Amino acid sequence: MNAPFPIKYVLLAGIGILVAGLGWKGLVNKKVTSAKDISYNYQIRPILSDKCFACHGPDANKREAGLRLDMADNAYAPLEDKKKFAIVPGNPAASEVYKRITSTDPGYQMPTPESHLGLLNEGEIDLIKNWIAQGARYEQHWAFAAPKQAKLPEVSDKDWCENEIDRFTLAKMEEVGLAPNDPATREQLLKRLAIDLTGLAPSLEIQRKFAEDNSANAYEKIVDNLMSQKAYGEKMAIHWLDIARFADSYGYQNDDVRTQWAWRDWVIHAFNSNMPYDRFLVWQLAGDLLPNPNKEQILATAFLRNHKITEEDGVIPEEYRVEYHLDKTKTFSSGLLGLTVECAQCHDHKYDPVSQEDYYRLFAFFNSSKEKGFDGSAGSGPAKTPVLTISSSDTKNLLNFINSKDTARIVVSVMGEDDQPRPAHVLNRGVYDAPGKVVTASALPAVMKFDTTKYPRNRLGLAKWTTSKQNPLTARVFVNQIWQEIFGRGLVKSTGDFGMQGELPSHPELLDWLAVDFMNHGWNIKRLIRQIVTSATYRQSSGMTEEKKNKDPENIYLARGARYRVPAESIRDIILSTSGLLNPEIGGPSVKPYQPKGIWEATTANRGSLAKYIQDTDSALYRRGLYTFIKLTLPPPAMIIFDASNRDHCEVKRQKTNTPLQALVMLNDPTVLEASRVLAEQLSASPASVDAKISEVFQRIVCRKPNAGETQLLVDYYKEELSTFSKSKSKAGAALNIGDSKHGQKVDVAKAAAMMRVISTIYNMEETITKS
Amino acid sequence: MEKPIFDFGMNTNRRHFLSRLSLGIGGAALGSLLVPDLFKSDTENSVNDIVSGLPHFAPKAKRVIYLFQNGAPSQFELFDHKPLLNKMFGEDLPESIRSGQRLTGMTSNQTSFPLAGSIFDFKQHGNSGAWVSELLPHTARIVDDICIIKSMNTDAINHDPALTFFQTGAQVGNRPSMGSWLSYGLGSENQNLPSFCVLLSRGKGNGQGVYSKLWTNGFLDSVHQGVQFSSGENPVLYLGDPEGMDRSERRRMLDKLAKLNQGTFDEFGDPEVTAKIQQYEMAYRMQTAVPEITDMSKEPESIVKMYGPECLVPGTYAANCLLARKLSEQGVRFIQLYHQGWDGHAGLPKEISGQCKDVDQASAALVTDLKQRGLLDETLVIWGGEFGRTNFCQGKFTKDNYGRDHHPRAFTIWMAGGGIKPGLVYGETDDFGYNIVKDPVHVHDLHATILNQLGLDHERLVFKHQGRRYRLTDVAGKLVKDIIS
Repeated sequence: MNAPFPIKYVLLAGIGILVAGLGWKGLVNKKVTSAKDISYNYQIRPILSDKCFACHGPDANKREAGLRLDMADNAYAPLEDKKKFAIVPGNPAASEVYKRITSTDPGYQMPTPESHLGLLNEGEIDLIKNWIAQGARYEQHWAFAAPKQAKLPEVSDKDWCENEIDRFTLAKMEEVGLAPNDPATREQLLKRLAIDLTGLAPSLEIQRKFAEDNSANAYEKIVDNLMSQKAYGEKMAIHWLDIARFADSYGYQNDDVRTQWAWRDWVIHAFNSNMPYDRFLVWQLAGDLLPNPNKEQILATAFLRNHKITEEDGVIPEEYRVEYHLDKTKTFSSGLLGLTVECAQCHDHKYDPVSQEDYYRLFAFFNSSKEKGFDGSAGSGPAKTPVLTISSSDTKNLLNFINSKDTARIVVSVMGEDDQPRPAHVLNRGVYDAPGKVVTASALPAVMKFDTTKYPRNRLGLAKWTTSKQNPLTARVFVNQIWQEIFGRGLVKSTGDFGMQGELPSHPELLDWLAVDFMNHGWNIKRLIRQIVTSATYRQSSGMTEEKKNKDPENIYLARGARYRVPAESIRDIILSTSGLLNPEIGGPSVKPYQPKGIWEATTANRGSLAKYIQDTDSALYRRGLYTFIKLTLPPPAMIIFDASNRDHCEVKRQKTNTPLQALVMLNDPTVLEASRVLAEQLSASPASVDAKISEVFQRIVCRKPNAGETQLLVDYYKEELSTFSKSKSKAGAALNIGDSKHGQKVDVAKAAAMMRVISTIYNMEETITKS
Repeated sequence: MEKPIFDFGMNTNRRHFLSRLSLGIGGAALGSLLVPDLFKSDTENSVNDIVSGLPHFAPKAKRVIYLFQNGAPSQFELFDHKPLLNKMFGEDLPESIRSGQRLTGMTSNQTSFPLAGSIFDFKQHGNSGAWVSELLPHTARIVDDICIIKSMNTDAINHDPALTFFQTGAQVGNRPSMGSWLSYGLGSENQNLPSFCVLLSRGKGNGQGVYSKLWTNGFLDSVHQGVQFSSGENPVLYLGDPEGMDRSERRRMLDKLAKLNQGTFDEFGDPEVTAKIQQYEMAYRMQTAVPEITDMSKEPESIVKMYGPECLVPGTYAANCLLARKLSEQGVRFIQLYHQGWDGHAGLPKEISGQCKDVDQASAALVTDLKQRGLLDETLVIWGGEFGRTNFCQGKFTKDNYGRDHHPRAFTIWMAGGGIKPGLVYGETDDFGYNIVKDPVHVHDLHATILNQLGLDHERLVFKHQGRRYRLTDVAGKLVKDIIS
């Protein structure tokens, strides 16, 4: 980052308030326009990219008038008629760009009315004018320049800072005139940490232990404790499974079962053993190409085979073979590099410097895989060529992290190269049967040169290129994803797009500092997370004053703690763990918990083994959310309703919605009702007072003590329900008749049913499934 | 469109409202801008600076009912009458006609392509004189109310990509489906029902499954996802209260819950909490509204007679047609039916007869019913599959039994209401029924036309996702002006 960031001028002017909701880019565009140094990267390129590059950018086939505005040389050069210039540095009035964006003549103005892009607003026009006046200086796209660690910014309140992260966030807060919140309560912090580090609510035991620990480093101790639990790896795996589009079925019609779960067990293991991120990637991209690869390294490559695979009779194999590699290319570029290169499948990228040829050079890395476009119809097996076979002896030795249920061998679809490299072509219009020019494998030159003296032209070379410390994207993208998982919003909001059309980082220097620090410390994931959660920034309370709500509704400046509804899997995990129903077993084949009847049956064509939903029994009903069986053509509805990924494609960021269907799940899902019933039956055997019972169960579920008003309200509610149920024991019996788990002994049904209602209400509280 | 601005969800809506105002959108469109957010609130993705001034122009249709015939019905047995195929019965398809068109893996190794004419009789019907086969007697009676398009064509040759293409405008999956686009663009007219409902049924013919990516919201907010209705105990998933709980008890519980949540709001000031309270209220209203609408017991005898007795059997195509009418009457924006069983690779004559019995009467009844109620003008009904079938036989071939493979190059659908010209037969295929010779209509064109009828310019209904502006019609699509009245 060689240019100073003029953003501060904008924000000092307080304009952020006026454009709340427009996002970061909007903030910048609306800024005061007479600022001295206008930044190409932060202020001009977003406008040009959005409004101009589609016709005057990298796509050679769609370029109008031979003009490209994404490169200085071309933008300054004479236009086709030789007399005019698009941009004359220092002279807006002589620049066609300025004349056309300010014109009211539909035949002359830009963008053209036909483009439907809309005209530039006044603020944008002023920016362009002043930028040209200042010399129209271009800069390299920020994300394509290697990150450098800037000096820690000076702040007025160094005492507030726990570590380096806080220097950056506080400096930004001070710029915009916000002050950090007070720290959250201990109870809030513990729940926040437990959710972020294990995906579970903290048990009563942990809650009490933490409350009683008065040592100076109590917080750090609990962080380390939580990160050392096996549940940490499960929590971390979820985001990676979204990226890797992991699922338990093949995904097209006749959607049959596949057994990629052994790879999922490996992912959990890798996070728990804190495998460095660079190795984690190399194994998944090219474990099979390492010298004398072992089975674990080969298993890791299942990452590239989790895409959908057709089992439909009558497909044209080549069409699907190509489709699978397009998917790999997308997963690699979107999940690991934060780029939307798939635009270049059919034509040169319209915004980013990725030509169609660049795209197929990347595609070429995957093209020599042994896999087939069609490898059998439904029922032909749970893995497709090439396959790794895992024996029971493997699962006792090297692969002992695999939760194998019996001694049967496990097959997994993995990577393996053909003996003869298969030539790759540019595919015209992106279509499999329109091959053009032959291309050799090479990684994206706009990101970093693919130096063939260092890297072989195969997936191993690609993996090494990706994990090179010179690669400007890999570390930034991962650090940003981790940040997003913890704060709910990445430092770059567009987690999957670090390109020209992506959002700009809210804290560019912090992102770079973290990325460099991460690489310099051996790509150590636990260390990175520890840094984040021990920062003062993280520990703030999430309370929202009117001032902060107005000034910063999206919490871009981090002057308060994150507050958002937990992910789908965590909702299930909170319900199961707080009720004591949770089966904490790690890994193994995915399971089929309660699901509304008939929904698989209504959609199937009766082919393959997944035509009917055969619910599991006993302890398999109470596994964590990440083990719920994902049939791609009908993913588990309670999860999807809470914005879980449908795993159809690589997904780097989930939505966070708030809908009536979510309310219905919490009210009526047997999972919630059964948890309420089990707790109620347990409590009914206890001699404690109703107040005390309610207080305890509240603390168990919400992870804090109820206040007096809450206790009173719930005790009153209990009494009302008890009076209803006392009149009808059969009604009480019906209410308790939910779920497969055993009923308590010597239960007073009216009392238990009334308590069940109270507990179900507590489960439905917004706070229960919210990290605050 | 001119629905009042509901109070609910306003805490976050106000933010969207401001951001849109700052883009200079006139107040006139605000009512419709706010409606799409009714169903939810979202802190992340709903701020989109592209939707502006919707609808773009006065709509002809307000709602869509799409009767998807899943598996691809044969146009040759239903609408596209080709006597030449009967004349040349058993002769090979001339290479000049096929001209290298690709084949599926199921027929690409066949050594001959024997032409198969329909064994069913065709007659002309109505003032339009449209040809309809004896398999569709009820449809034959409404030909003057519908527009038959014989020149549909698509890019895909296998079921999954072809269905996905029809529903989302792309073969790959994970793009928003048509219903989601309309929900996003136009919102809901009813605050107690989802704006996009999906109804499934199945015939006895060779089936192809359906899958939830057909009604996915893709990158749009998940509120725009199709809500799958089921014929089981709960028409909408998780709708029913548990055993032992009556409505007054649910009300009591929600009142307590609202108080607890209000306390949370007072502590944190997070508008999401208020939104949550409102979502529980909406859920409560849905619990009443949905069972009311799915209850067929109060339908008069005349209606049952019109749709056929099966309309009282939940989960049948006929019941779904009747339900579709009721949902659309209540303002549900997009109702998507799928009826499986049309994939006639073998034994086609028998299978298609059964399928037609399932769908003919109820499809025609739906159009007639809407018309009687004065709703056909504002409701667009579409009937058709994901591609057509080959004019030559696949597999075993006898005089009265044959199968047909997939044929994406030319097939027939029909549309009715919503400003589509009634009594029109549009487009033509050659005498072999293999290639289109007049007025081709591509899937993208159909999408552009559907959107147009709802007052939306397909080039302007866009959503910016990962830096790119996406449309239902991708980068193609031409309005089929000739079929618009």
